[in-house]
Amino acid sequence: MKDFRYLSGVSTLKLDDASCVGCGMCEIVCPHRVMTVENHKAKVVDHDGCMECGACATNCPSNAIAVTPGVGCAAAIISTWLKGKEASSCSGVKCC
Amino acid sequence: MQPKPAEEIACCEPSYGPQSSPYERSGYRLCLFVEDFVQTPVRPVPKVKTDLSSIDIFGTIKTRLNISRMNYKVAPGLYCVGNPNPKSPVLVTANYKLTFDVLRKQLSGLDVWILVLDTQGINVWCSAGKRIFSTEEVVRSVRHSCLDQVVAHRKLILPQLSATGVSAQQVKKGCGFEVVWGPVRANDIKPFLDNGMKAEPEMRQVTFSFRERVVLIPVELTQILKPLLWLIVIAFLLSGIGWDVFSIKAAWLRGLMLIAAAVTGIISGAVLAPAFLPWIPTRTFALKGGITGLITGAGIVWLLWEKLDGWGALGLIFCTLAISSYMAMNFTGSTPFTSMSGVEKEMRKAIPLQMIAGLMAVVVWVGSAFAR
Ligand code: SF4
Ligand code: SF4
Repeated sequence: MKDFRYLSGVSTLKLDDASCVGCGMCEIVCPHRVMTVENHKAKVVDHDGCMECGACATNCPSNAIAVTPGVGCAAAIISTWLKGKEASSCSGVKCC
Repeated sequence: MQPKPAEEIACCEPSYGPQSSPYERSGYRLCLFVEDFVQTPVRPVPKVKTDLSSIDIFGTIKTRLNISRMNYKVAPGLYCVGNPNPKSPVLVTANYKLTFDVLRKQLSGLDVWILVLDTQGINVWCSAGKRIFSTEEVVRSVRHSCLDQVVAHRKLILPQLSATGVSAQQVKKGCGFEVVWGPVRANDIKPFLDNGMKAEPEMRQVTFSFRERVVLIPVELTQILKPLLWLIVIAFLLSGIGWDVFSIKAAWLRGLMLIAAAVTGIISGAVLAPAFLPWIPTRTFALKGGITGLITGAGIVWLLWEKLDGWGALGLIFCTLAISSYMAMNFTGSTPFTSMSGVEKEMRKAIPLQMIAGLMAVVVWVGSAFAR
């Protein structure tokens, strides 16, 4: 989203050019238009727009995308810090 | 009543229910949004209305205010709109009633099937993030509803925001249905279908308009109600401390001022910061809340100026600032564009500063009582 920019240079998104088969799936599923596919190769065009939702990695048929998916939610992160990964999830925090 | 296998229900269908309506069953109540049933080879499928009744709207308002929000669902399974046939498209969605209502409202005039997954009453985006709206759940629902006997084609339209939890490839492998990624927003479904199931680039992108932000504010506010009670108690206790050790009169008079500053901080961080999000400079939410907190804190001091001295004023500003910054930081979870790495980075810097500001608020406020 152009009106909304979050911190720069933090996303864990990584694209492995060599394994990309250019299917275009990542471009379709990304809600922030981070990827485009040109000449049968995916390209990260807006790395800082990535919110680490993981949709692209989940749907890439050739595992060319690596991203640590997570929710950008302060309340969830606090509960992870306090209670550890397992106990947290959002059920404890009533975020969404 | 024990759920019966599909075949059994299908075969003894005619003998079911009283004569007034064949769809009435003991132990069940017909949902108000169901207007009729459509016969299919498997079983009658409920046909839902595309306009919302006052009860639906009342339910929406209630959930927006966080009243029994966690249990607002529709029963998972196959539904339909209009008069669908085996060639009609299948839309897949979550079983949060709000999501279901938003979707069916957009479907007037269409003939489509709606496959409602069991997402435990959570919306598409959040349930996909938690992997409840998952590949497995899509496959399970397709099988459970015998969708392959209801429709002749093998395509499912999934909301794009569920892609976080669903792998199109694995769905195809699991149940033979191809996933077509639909638009992000339900109101783009008609153009999407008219366009031969192609989404324009704008339909693929999430938005976070003023309206979309403002509807989230009440839930943010209700979540702070309990901590606010503690804050009020602490504010009265702190405000009574002074040369007389503890003065009830001071606790009351000065306590009210401190509470006013705290409430101002909450409004500043949970209402103003979200509402004016894109127009407040800086990207960090804690800073955005800090900025609104400084401004509103100055405002409350200006209002109470007659009753304050310099130190007291400073204490109140610290209080508003700390709370506002914290509340704004917590709004990150409600936005569709903050990454976990980003929020974590922000929090590591912001939380120590918020704690210092909070501590300063206490020290300066209590200290100001001795400065008289
Ligand atoms: S989904 Fe994977 S293989 Fe397909 S274009 Fe994107 S990176 Fe390449
Ligand atoms: S993780 Fe999500 S936001 Fe980031 S590139 Fe992939 S699909 Fe886009």
